[in-house]
Amino acid sequence: MLKSLRVIISALILILITFYFLDFAGILSHQFHVLAHIQFIPALLFVNIVAIVCIIGITLLFGRVYCSVVCPMGIFQDVVSKISKLVSRKKKRYAYRKNNPVLRWSVVGVAIITFCLGYTFILGLIDPYSAYGRMLVHLFKPVYLLGNNLLATVFNHFGNYTFYRIEIVMQSLYAFIIGIFTLGIVGFLAWKSGRLYCNTICPVGTVLGYVGKFALFKIRIKTDACNHCGLCAKECKASCIDSKAGTVDYSRCVNCFNCIDSCNREGLSFTVAGKKMNRKNEKQKSINEQKRQFLLSGLATAIAIPATWAQGKAKTVNGGRRTVPISPPGAVGAEHLLHHCTSCHLCIAKCPSNVLKPAWMEYGFGGIMQPVMSFEKGFCNFDCTVCSNICPNGALKPLSVEEKHLTQVGRVVFDETMCVVHREGTNCGACSEHCPTQAVKMVPYKDGLTIPFVDPDMCVGCGGCEFICPTRPYRAIHVEGNKIQQQAKAFTVEQTDEKEITDFGF
Amino acid sequence: MDRRDFLKALALSGAAFTLKLNGGMDIFAQSVQNTQTGKAVDLVAVMGGEPDAMFKKAIAEMGGINKFIKSGYKVVVKPNIGWDKTPALAGNTNPKLVTEIVRQCVSAGAKEVVVFDHTCDDWVKCYKNSGIEAAAKAAGAKVLPANEESYYQTVSLPQGKKLKTTKVHKAILECDAWINVPILKHHGGANMSISMKNLMGIIWDRRIFHSTNLQQCIADVCTLDKKPVLNVVDAYRLMKSNGPQGRSEADVVLTKGLFLSQDMVAVDTAATKFFSQVRDMPLDHVKYLENGQTLGIGTMDIDKLNVKRIKM
Repeated sequence: MLKSLRVIISALILILITFYFLDFAGILSHQFHVLAHIQFIPALLFVNIVAIVCIIGITLLFGRVYCSVVCPMGIFQDVVSKISKLVSRKKKRYAYRKNNPVLRWSVVGVAIITFCLGYTFILGLIDPYSAYGRMLVHLFKPVYLLGNNLLATVFNHFGNYTFYRIEIVMQSLYAFIIGIFTLGIVGFLAWKSGRLYCNTICPVGTVLGYVGKFALFKIRIKTDACNHCGLCAKECKASCIDSKAGTVDYSRCVNCFNCIDSCNREGLSFTVAGKKMNRKNEKQKSINEQKRQFLLSGLATAIAIPATWAQGKAKTVNGGRRTVPISPPGAVGAEHLLHHCTSCHLCIAKCPSNVLKPAWMEYGFGGIMQPVMSFEKGFCNFDCTVCSNICPNGALKPLSVEEKHLTQVGRVVFDETMCVVHREGTNCGACSEHCPTQAVKMVPYKDGLTIPFVDPDMCVGCGGCEFICPTRPYRAIHVEGNKIQQQAKAFTVEQTDEKEITDFGF
Repeated sequence: MDRRDFLKALALSGAAFTLKLNGGMDIFAQSVQNTQTGKAVDLVAVMGGEPDAMFKKAIAEMGGINKFIKSGYKVVVKPNIGWDKTPALAGNTNPKLVTEIVRQCVSAGAKEVVVFDHTCDDWVKCYKNSGIEAAAKAAGAKVLPANEESYYQTVSLPQGKKLKTTKVHKAILECDAWINVPILKHHGGANMSISMKNLMGIIWDRRIFHSTNLQQCIADVCTLDKKPVLNVVDAYRLMKSNGPQGRSEADVVLTKGLFLSQDMVAVDTAATKFFSQVRDMPLDHVKYLENGQTLGIGTMDIDKLNVKRIKM
């Protein structure tokens, strides 16, 4: 019963969140981004009090149900281990494994310390939601688009245009590689050992596991019914049931409820505390506390040195043209982005213009994988506010269309010596054509020609000009990023006296 | 397929024939005659009505849609849907005009009417916010995507001076007749965007136009064998400044005009002169007109044409 409920809710959440990432055609409403907002790490970074209180509250009541029904990476692992169970010839058995709190808390410690030092990259790498998001964007989405394109080819051939082809853009090779590694490691662990990732590496698992120890409702083994047969332990994906001792390690139990049905003697139940409490875990904890402190302080010193050394190292981008990277609208600035973004790449997945891509070293080492604007494949739509409004981390702050119109992510730079009009003596104006604010305006040049004139104060940095500029290898016009996003100067509407046209003029 | 091959052969021989006669005016070489007077009408200019009403008047003067669209034709109606703008901002062709043209094509017995444009902004947003997707579908047209290179096919432009080959949308190459429906706009690069400029929406790579003499490339692409059978210039609202995208309604003037001709150069010349009343635009600044005339696409000498002027 409890298990069925868990399976239904988790399947629904996984399907919705996965489809929301993949859905390029806008079939699912953008309201579904709440599924990203209820993820633990994003909620912490967003300081989404409601979500945090709910997650902690639910965990205090029922244990780590979050890990079983909300976390997409957790559910994904359940799917993988279920498949492995179905296809393996031998009957799949889990076995009790000892907890490794030192390793678990070390990972948490490293993640927190590196995060505080501005290396959000590490937290982003192991945060289960973000890691799952990246797998979707860089591995599954290309496959989804490929499928769509095949369908489109078939349908279009018969004159039906319900499906249309979409260019499959490989945003970055290393993000793809990171995606492959994530899938490989998490997938392998899930295939072999169930929830091993969640109970060794995952920082959310460790923290919620700690909270879960104090849960009101827990899986409890009835000592009078249990004959230590070990059936429940064989079913335990989390490897947290020690059937010999008749104990459950609640820091690792993800409340999948598989054990309840496995018992022939109805020896397990999900209930509030009975008369006898298990004292075993308590003792273990006090020992670990000291180890933990020692480890944390050691790590702090170890990391502080390379941190100071590597900070503030921003690399040039775009073949040396752009010196300051452009952070997405709503990012406030590279610094704010750095301290909030765990690179789930939801913004990259949902950007309709393919403008966002994972940064390499543009923001420095700490900002690897965070979204950066690039105008190779498109430019930022003037009226579009999707990325800023769906970001679950608050790394991109919500913008209204009016605010977006005045958010300056970068400033236009024009190099007349490179311009077609100057070099070839022919008309062009592609940049101005794409400029929504006319920060790039065509002004009279010579022989009836017009040449771009730029007013960087009015520029929002959408990159339309840079995207379309036909000069190569470098563009005659490009956008230079703002370290901190500015308010663009609103354009003034010049009122001309309108004479009514009453004749054809020829 | 047989009919199409036949038409192609007809078009080729017709083109060769008319080339000698008057410099390759129009491949179908239909003699358009006014039903009342019997005298050929080259250009119709209408003012003062709603977009659909003005088109009805104009096409009647040209002898009705049936002159151009035969029963069983596959037709393309090609508006300008370049920008993510609402109709009031005049960045795109008026949807009411598109509706009326599609409706008439359907009633003329067209087997299929297709509407598309290679947009500058995100095509999904352009199609939707311009109101054209809904308008075209409601009138019975099929709206095609043009966002991906595989929808295009390379054709050669033997007469082109700068542009020798280009990739053209397959819908144009496969149709029996197509109608060019631009909107009259100021254009920062080419100075004016009318019907010849609207052909940049049927091709894939536009950067090459900008890097290798825009004014010549616009004329070159108009040497395409498959020319529009009609050019309907929407001047209901014209964009007088900051074109072709515009920033606000301050760039837009409600002029309630419409121009119709088979001759792209002539209709663009007429529309430019109309535009000049709002904002000065010397014809020699719109160099593709002269370049087009030199290539024999049409004539700038509209005084020599039989022009019908109608005020509603």
